Amino acid sequence: MDQSSSLKFLGSWADSHTHRVRLALELKGLVFEYQEEDLVNPSPDLLRHNPIYKKVPALLHDGRAVVESLVILQYIDETWTDKPIMPADPFERAIVRFWCHFADDKLGPAVGLVFSSVGDGQKAAVDGVHENLKLLERELRDGAFKGRRFFGGDNIGLLDIVLGCGSYWLAVFEEVMEVKLVDPDTFPLFHAWLRDFEEQKEVKETIPPIDKLLKYARGIRQMMLSLSTDTITTIIGAPATGNTTSNNDAAVEEIGLLQESIVL
Amino acid sequence: MASAAGEVRLIGAWPSPFVLRPRVALNLKGVEYEFLQEKFGEKSELLLRSNPVYKKIPVLLHHDKPVCESMIIVEYVDEVWATTGQAILPADPYERALHRFWAVYVDDKWFPSMFGIAKAETEEAKAESAEQAWAGLKLLEEAFEKLSKGKTFFGGDTIGYVDIALGAYLGWAKVIEQMTGLKLLDEEKTPLLAVWAERFCAHEAVKEVMPETEKLMEFAKMRLGK
Repeated sequence: MDQSSSLKFLGSWADSHTHRVRLALELKGLVFEYQEEDLVNPSPDLLRHNPIYKKVPALLHDGRAVVESLVILQYIDETWTDKPIMPADPFERAIVRFWCHFADDKLGPAVGLVFSSVGDGQKAAVDGVHENLKLLERELRDGAFKGRRFFGGDNIGLLDIVLGCGSYWLAVFEEVMEVKLVDPDTFPLFHAWLRDFEEQKEVKETIPPIDKLLKYARGIRQMMLSLSTDTITTIIGAPATGNTTSNNDAAVEEIGLLQESIVL
Repeated sequence: MASAAGEVRLIGAWPSPFVLRPRVALNLKGVEYEFLQEKFGEKSELLLRSNPVYKKIPVLLHHDKPVCESMIIVEYVDEVWATTGQAILPADPYERALHRFWAVYVDDKWFPSMFGIAKAETEEAKAESAEQAWAGLKLLEEAFEKLSKGKTFFGGDTIGYVDIALGAYLGWAKVIEQMTGLKLLDEEKTPLLAVWAERFCAHEAVKEVMPETEKLMEFAKMRLGK
């Protein structure tokens, strides 16, 4: 099947949602053209294909755009039905969708909060990540994913893709922030799953080298710390104090955009 | 297709737009279910056990197995009772992607702006939220044009995924209109959606479960302590 002329995907190298799409395309053995986007200066292409959110990733199939990573992943699975990444059973599918929602709604933001927190807030943020990892660990131990190698069973499935593409930030933040996020004693199953996931051929081809991610994260963290505490409060999402200068506003916007890409 | 009593149960509360969604889906498929109304101000043991992660309604219990999150339940109902009634999501993958996209948009972007109107504490804040809500509805109007292909609903001849996602908020939209004097679904701004809203609320699968505006107003006042 020749798709080289009909599949194009707009993404950003450090964006975990971009990695989700790339990994799905690789797992399906699809050929595609890739266009790197600057998060802060979206190209005319991106603005045209994702006018509402103006964000990566965007998948163009025969010129038609699909956006929102979970929507894209399901589109890929439903269009190229070999090597399915979703289970066939409706209840299993509902479980996958639920935990994908959890990843984006709870776990991702909790991990992001660790990165943007300072001082005392950091301990609370780390606790937040642990609380959420506990829920996943429990499912792996006693619940829906009991006894499985991957969330998808013997093979990587959609939930592995969603959780896995972004979990590398856990290791990065552990180093940059000097915190312990995935203790193998507390989260043995999650830890083992993550190691196994990261060893998979297509995953290695998708996730950027760790030193590149470390450098990137350190850069953003430094930018953040150089701003005033007021500004940092703005990034964390507390009500803006209105005390930021226009320089700070631009920096805040940039950091906010970059930070959004650093989520599970 | 009826189901044996006890086989399908839905934990919810009548004022919740999120609960409305699976109710419409089940009605569309002709599935009988037991509705378990939660008491206000306290969460039942069953709810806490069935949705330990979020502890929120709605929760569908099918053969006692819980399914959580309103649109996930809708999709589950569509898949389990695939051979009954009309499809809620279309068959074509690209169309499905469009429906899923707009459902995400409704929850992530549009609902907060609508709610922003209710929460606004100043006239300026209210006006700003209203502008955002109308701007969102204009986008949804265009989406309606594209997805409906000239028919009655986003889903075409029958209620579909986006209809359920957006339509669920219509009861509360009317409450906000009454409370603020602002017209959200304005025939002049979004003519197609204004008509769609009437048709949706009048539909067999919806009218029994869409709460009456006066009841919602009373409920809102009681909850807000006004």
